[in-house]
Amino acid sequence: MTHAASAAAHHTSLGLDSRKMAFWAFIGSECLLFTSLISTYLVYKGKSVVGPYPHEILNIPFTSVSTFDLLMSSLMMVLALAAVQRGDMRWGKIWLFSTALLGLVFLGGQVIEFTEFVHKGLTLQTNLFGCTFFVLTGTHGAHVSVGVLWLLTLWVRALQGKLTQANAMTVEITGLYWHFVDVVWIVIFTVVYLIQ
Amino acid sequence: MNEHSQNEHSHPTADVYLRVAAVLVILTVLEVGVFYVPVFHPVLVPVLLVLSGAKFTLVVMFYMHLKADSRVFTFLFGAPLLLAAVVMVALLFLLLGALTLRGAAGAG
Repeated sequence: MTHAASAAAHHTSLGLDSRKMAFWAFIGSECLLFTSLISTYLVYKGKSVVGPYPHEILNIPFTSVSTFDLLMSSLMMVLALAAVQRGDMRWGKIWLFSTALLGLVFLGGQVIEFTEFVHKGLTLQTNLFGCTFFVLTGTHGAHVSVGVLWLLTLWVRALQGKLTQANAMTVEITGLYWHFVDVVWIVIFTVVYLIQ
Repeated sequence: MNEHSQNEHSHPTADVYLRVAAVLVILTVLEVGVFYVPVFHPVLVPVLLVLSGAKFTLVVMFYMHLKADSRVFTFLFGAPLLLAAVVMVALLFLLLGALTLRGAAGAG
């Protein structure tokens, strides 16, 4: 369903779906939230007076796999949307579940990473790096968790036959959220992990 | 052409989605590769920022459909993003500059 067709059903003055417009405005506000967290991380970068320091504990190969996982989940998401838009609900369900599964794998990786850091002595209170790192990546992880719950809800509704081609806009909006979470990780991976 | 059909768009095909995914994976491999190759270390930050920016743009343009969607959505996303970027740069100049000055004063 195009947004024009959806908007026609809603009779909006701009000819655009109002839910999609509201969601883009929400994503814009999320940009400001994550920028403030990334700015805080950058401002306090290198200001920790006690360790562990980033280069001592960040595991680039492990996080690269998590990054690959999240990128693939974005691919699954657009394939889910394409399937729902053409009315192929069988593949729509498969891709939706795959997206949620990859999101869960990412969260599992984050739990392992956080646990390892705590065992190595890095907590929220240890130093400025620990504080800004856990708040930034933890906020992102919370967003991923919400996304996974949202995707699983859609998947269950699809299994119940309540998600059809007519609800393609719902899947598109879910996709916007999921891809936003992905682009935020693209920035975090570069700024936090690779630029040390 | 009526008001609605002017805004009509078609989303990319699965083939385009797969190509974009392939490019995203290649860019990620390049990012990690650049990180490990010592010869790139003098230009590490700008190279990583360019590669990251390319990945960001590809996802937003093709997966979030801003390339084909209404310009209103581009504005709703782009305006806060621009504001955020300006605020971040201003904060970095303000706070990093202040901390550096304080450090210099302390040393002096």
